Amino acid sequence: MTSATTITRPALVSRVMTRLDWRSNIIYIAFVIVFILFAIFLGSDGFLSTNNMLNIVRQTATISIMAVAMTFVIAAAEIDLSVGSIAGLASVVTAMTTTQFGLVPGIVAGILAGAIIGAINGGLVALLKVPSFLVTLGMLGLAAGLAQWITSSAPQPITDRIYVMIFGGGDFGPVPGMLVWTVVAVALGWLVMNRTGFGRKVLATGGNPTAAAYTGIRTARIKFSVLLISGIAAAIAGMLYAGRLESGRFQWGQGDELTVIAAVILGGTSLFGGRGAIIGTLFGSLFMGLINNGLILAGLEVAQQQVVRGAIIIAAVALSRKK
Amino acid sequence: MAENELPPAVRMRSIVKSFGPVEVLKAVDMDIVAGEVHALAGENGAGKSTLMKVLQGVHQITSGTIQVNGEPVTIRNTADAERAGIGMVFQEFSLIPSMTVAQNIFLNREIRGTAGLVDDRAAENAARKIFDGLGVKIDPKARVSDLGTAYWQLVEIAKALSKEASVIVMDEPTASLAKHEVENLFDLIETLKKRGIAIVYISHRMDEIRRVADRITVLRDGRVVLASAVATLTAAEIIEAIIGRRLASDLVYRDRQLSGDAPILLEAKNIASNRVLKSVSLTIRAGEIVGLAGLMGSGRTEFARVVAGMDRPTQGTLSIDGKMVRFATPIAAQQAGVALIPEDRREQGLVLEHSVADNLTLPVLDRMKAGGFLSMRKLRDATEDLVTRFAVKASDPYAPISQLSGGNQQKVVVAKWINTNPRILVMDEPTSGVDIGTKTEILDIVRDFASRGNAVLFISSELPELLAVADSIVVIRQGRSDLPLVRTDIVSEEQLQLTIQGDAA
Ligand SMILES: Nc1ncnc2c1ncn2[C@@H]1O[C@H](COP(=O)(O)OP(=O)(O)OP(=O)(O)O)[C@@H](O)[C@H]1O
Ligand SMILES: [Mg+2]
Repeated sequence: MTSATTITRPALVSRVMTRLDWRSNIIYIAFVIVFILFAIFLGSDGFLSTNNMLNIVRQTATISIMAVAMTFVIAAAEIDLSVGSIAGLASVVTAMTTTQFGLVPGIVAGILAGAIIGAINGGLVALLKVPSFLVTLGMLGLAAGLAQWITSSAPQPITDRIYVMIFGGGDFGPVPGMLVWTVVAVALGWLVMNRTGFGRKVLATGGNPTAAAYTGIRTARIKFSVLLISGIAAAIAGMLYAGRLESGRFQWGQGDELTVIAAVILGGTSLFGGRGAIIGTLFGSLFMGLINNGLILAGLEVAQQQVVRGAIIIAAVALSRKK
Repeated sequence: MAENELPPAVRMRSIVKSFGPVEVLKAVDMDIVAGEVHALAGENGAGKSTLMKVLQGVHQITSGTIQVNGEPVTIRNTADAERAGIGMVFQEFSLIPSMTVAQNIFLNREIRGTAGLVDDRAAENAARKIFDGLGVKIDPKARVSDLGTAYWQLVEIAKALSKEASVIVMDEPTASLAKHEVENLFDLIETLKKRGIAIVYISHRMDEIRRVADRITVLRDGRVVLASAVATLTAAEIIEAIIGRRLASDLVYRDRQLSGDAPILLEAKNIASNRVLKSVSLTIRAGEIVGLAGLMGSGRTEFARVVAGMDRPTQGTLSIDGKMVRFATPIAAQQAGVALIPEDRREQGLVLEHSVADNLTLPVLDRMKAGGFLSMRKLRDATEDLVTRFAVKASDPYAPISQLSGGNQQKVVVAKWINTNPRILVMDEPTSGVDIGTKTEILDIVRDFASRGNAVLFISSELPELLAVADSIVVIRQGRSDLPLVRTDIVSEEQLQLTIQGDAA
């Protein structure tokens, strides 16, 4: 009798699904509620102005891009704590190389920096079976230290106008470049996650590694790939920092890993792997930007902002958890 | 038959497989012929799953040869096996719970649509076609985690069929199925046979083997000890081949001279819960083993969960030693002397990454202390004692338990909980996947445990074992219990089966 109810969707399953959906879609509800609250209380401070809206998008682009890649990492039941540091490192590498050798070498060097670190992360996890938490925790310190070391803690200005144009400074008509980057990352991420074999393999690796291996999926290779992708995405984020702020600094991206992971989890991706919600991730990231923006407009001090932000994240994550 | 003219679908010769220094398969020969059901039997840890995993490319052979349809093949990975037309329904759960049925079936072989992108719609249609061909109703769009266990197997069979497999290995497919689901599976096997598909059927259940199998291969300690047509063998001969001796105590009831006025240890009155339970009542006296029978989904497991404090009843009362109890947590139930051996060992019973020793001693760590710290010597002694007493076959008790054969994992679960010295032991399908020799040993342990003045609630879908061990049997149908059947009420297994099916049939 249970059996019969279990398979007819309209009955049991859809009832279960609606309950689950409510929980895994909490981000949209939270987003709308917070947006309305801010609109009411901060409307007079310019919260609703087009300029402020675009600002939120500009400021969250880097987080969104890293979060899209992180969605793959977490869906594969791994974690990458080094993204913030990789962004900082890539920002100084790309700035120094652009100044010395020009635009194209600068871009290549920036991406390469992220790819190399991502490959080291992935290699250690896939080949030596070191937990990604430990590998990337170590890499967080290593990459940050490296960035500070090679620059002697000094900012690295970027004067190349085209670089600044491409990486975030420029607009396409009324559309900010940062918005374009975000849209491209999300669209690509969604497509790969939901419509390619690679996406399926990532979800399978995170969902049940034994079953994935029995089905012929090389789970080690998948783990390597997601960490490599995360490294490259973090490097691009670092280059966007460098472009938007017209300099590379080791501080860029510092602490972003927490915002990125929070955005992904808020978006409905399971920390235990097997599920990856790219659109949810985008809204998770926008939600983080929204809160930042609102708290600044409300005139809170940095310390107060941190407290409020932390509390909101805990509340939202607690609500989005399955029982 | 055509055996002499056509080469067999699969011919394995002198297969050797070692894990490190441990040789698990020692020169095994096996022929699998198209259109036959070939039973593979043997004790827990005999090497059945390993032999089939080698064929499936999950493990690589150390030496030996494999021919498929007369052609020698090298199977290095699962892709090679797939190309050779070999599919497998694994003993351990091997689907991705977060994915849909269709996505699971076509995992790693996704159907591509426009621009090479994965086409879920096409996969769902293809899956529906396979299910239609098998005559089963499963929604390809349903998430696997939302399906009952009985459907997992069907999904895995569909997965094998979608690969056009000509040989399908089923590793203990009925271990988690109820009786009528087993019947459905047998119908399905019949259908597959007619299509000329060869089926390797691994099972510990004699009645099933004799019913579906055409031929049988028995392994003992990694060697073939019997290969023959099933029809020419008696059950006793098969069992003797499996365990290497005559079975001392078969599955027969032994009257343990219970006195009807022993104190009542557990009494449940009209228990209802949010889940399936509507009204279940039963009493267990000290020294008594009460069997709980019913179809899958009838509420047996739900009742066990209430007794063990995992779910709270919405109605009815539970008393222990005549005192009413309301367990807020499983720990409260444990403190009151109730232990539950859960139904699904992998999800609830074991920490798979931990060693046999760690798993065995986990619930009794408090007793393993000397001067406030854990005593390594006590831990070692306790482990050795349990491993011998329950005949757990582990080459190294300190290796992860995931390396043990399925049946041996189950023995560890049983050993672990009996060792906590509970007064009321609730066992939910405790012998699922356990070989016949060990099963009789486990039943002896249960009898012995009860005879020391404890109460046992024994849940099982396997009627022969239930009839062998239970002093009385309570049947649950759709969340309601009947009056208990005492031994004299029970005429035959068939009649009990009918009672269980009741109006649900
Ligand atoms: N990956 C592994 N590493 C080490 N030893 C293993 C591994 N897999 C299986 N073994 C060992 O090989 C032996 C045979 O195991 P196998 O799973 O083939 O038994 P089985 O006949 O299927 O038993 P059961 O009826 O309990 O399922 C066991 O002793 C087991 O501990
Ligand atoms: Mg096995």
